[in-house]
Amino acid sequence: MKVARAHPLWLAYILHRLSGIGLALFLPVHFWVLSYALNDAAKLDAFLTLTEMPLVKLAEFGLVFLLAVHLFGGLRLIALEWLPWSAPQKTWAAAAVAGSLFISGTFFLQAI
Amino acid sequence: MPGQDHLTVTVQRGGPGAPLRPQTFEVPAYNNQTVLDVVSWIQQNADPTLTYRFACRVGMCGSCAMMVNGVPRWTCRTHVSKVLDGNAIEVGPLRNLPVIKDLAADMDPFFDKWVAAEGRHHPTRTREEEIAPVNPQAEERQAANAGIECINCSVCYSACDTVAGNPDYLGPAALQRAWTLYNDAKDADRDAILDAVSGKGGCHSCHSMGSCTAYCPNELDPLSAIAGLKRATAKRFFGGRR
Repeated sequence: MKVARAHPLWLAYILHRLSGIGLALFLPVHFWVLSYALNDAAKLDAFLTLTEMPLVKLAEFGLVFLLAVHLFGGLRLIALEWLPWSAPQKTWAAAAVAGSLFISGTFFLQAI
Repeated sequence: MPGQDHLTVTVQRGGPGAPLRPQTFEVPAYNNQTVLDVVSWIQQNADPTLTYRFACRVGMCGSCAMMVNGVPRWTCRTHVSKVLDGNAIEVGPLRNLPVIKDLAADMDPFFDKWVAAEGRHHPTRTREEEIAPVNPQAEERQAANAGIECINCSVCYSACDTVAGNPDYLGPAALQRAWTLYNDAKDADRDAILDAVSGKGGCHSCHSMGSCTAYCPNELDPLSAIAGLKRATAKRFFGGRR
């Protein structure tokens, strides 16, 4: 029998795991490319021209998404396991963080 | 169920002595019927060799839990109309436990872990002494009360993917029991409880997937109880006092 799992907490769990694996695969490549900054600047610049390609831009969006999902998933886990708060308290805390990020993010986009 | 006078019910048959196989029955549909009613109808009218377990039929004894359309549920309190997939339901034995036969799962590992999690009372007084009063308003009493309505049905144990992947993991019910006793003012050996739940397969194996809390038929919250044990064991490790 196929097991039904798709409730929000399980989806949050699997998203956190998959984004973690994705970031773990990305990081070695990231450091390898960064190492060119020390060894071979011309090669690094050549590589960085790739970032003009739409596909790479899309992939960058994916990376930022993975990072954001993993970051907030981790904060969620820390709050869940370390703060003996009631469910409504956690909801309000999450709403407060989301609200302040929205306001400060909007300000940041205006500022740059 | 307008226009449908029968349900298509697929039941998992078999066990250690016979191969596992699904068997499908057509069962009369009624306006009010539970999954347990459906299973009972099959056993009484279609195939008397179907094996399943139940006792109280009112959601108190915790013996009738089964997998219903992929979700562990107490079948005596699960209305067919709430879980129908099209006009069909699929019923199997609880996941994460050995199958005895057909729909009856062997609950031994579940109860063995209950004991392994030190889920037993450690008295502070003998029976000759006065009964100590308990303050129902105390914070730790509230935390203990949150978990005492567990009926040992094993739905949470069956829902948990950590149990599926780690045979040593004590599971949500046993850990919630340990958390309840840890918060009991009348329990004399809280260190024994923390010792039992902080080893291999203890509370720190939990990945906080939350299926226990999502599917508990009594709406208990083993996820938060396990988080409480994680905090208590960590505090003790770093030398903090409760």
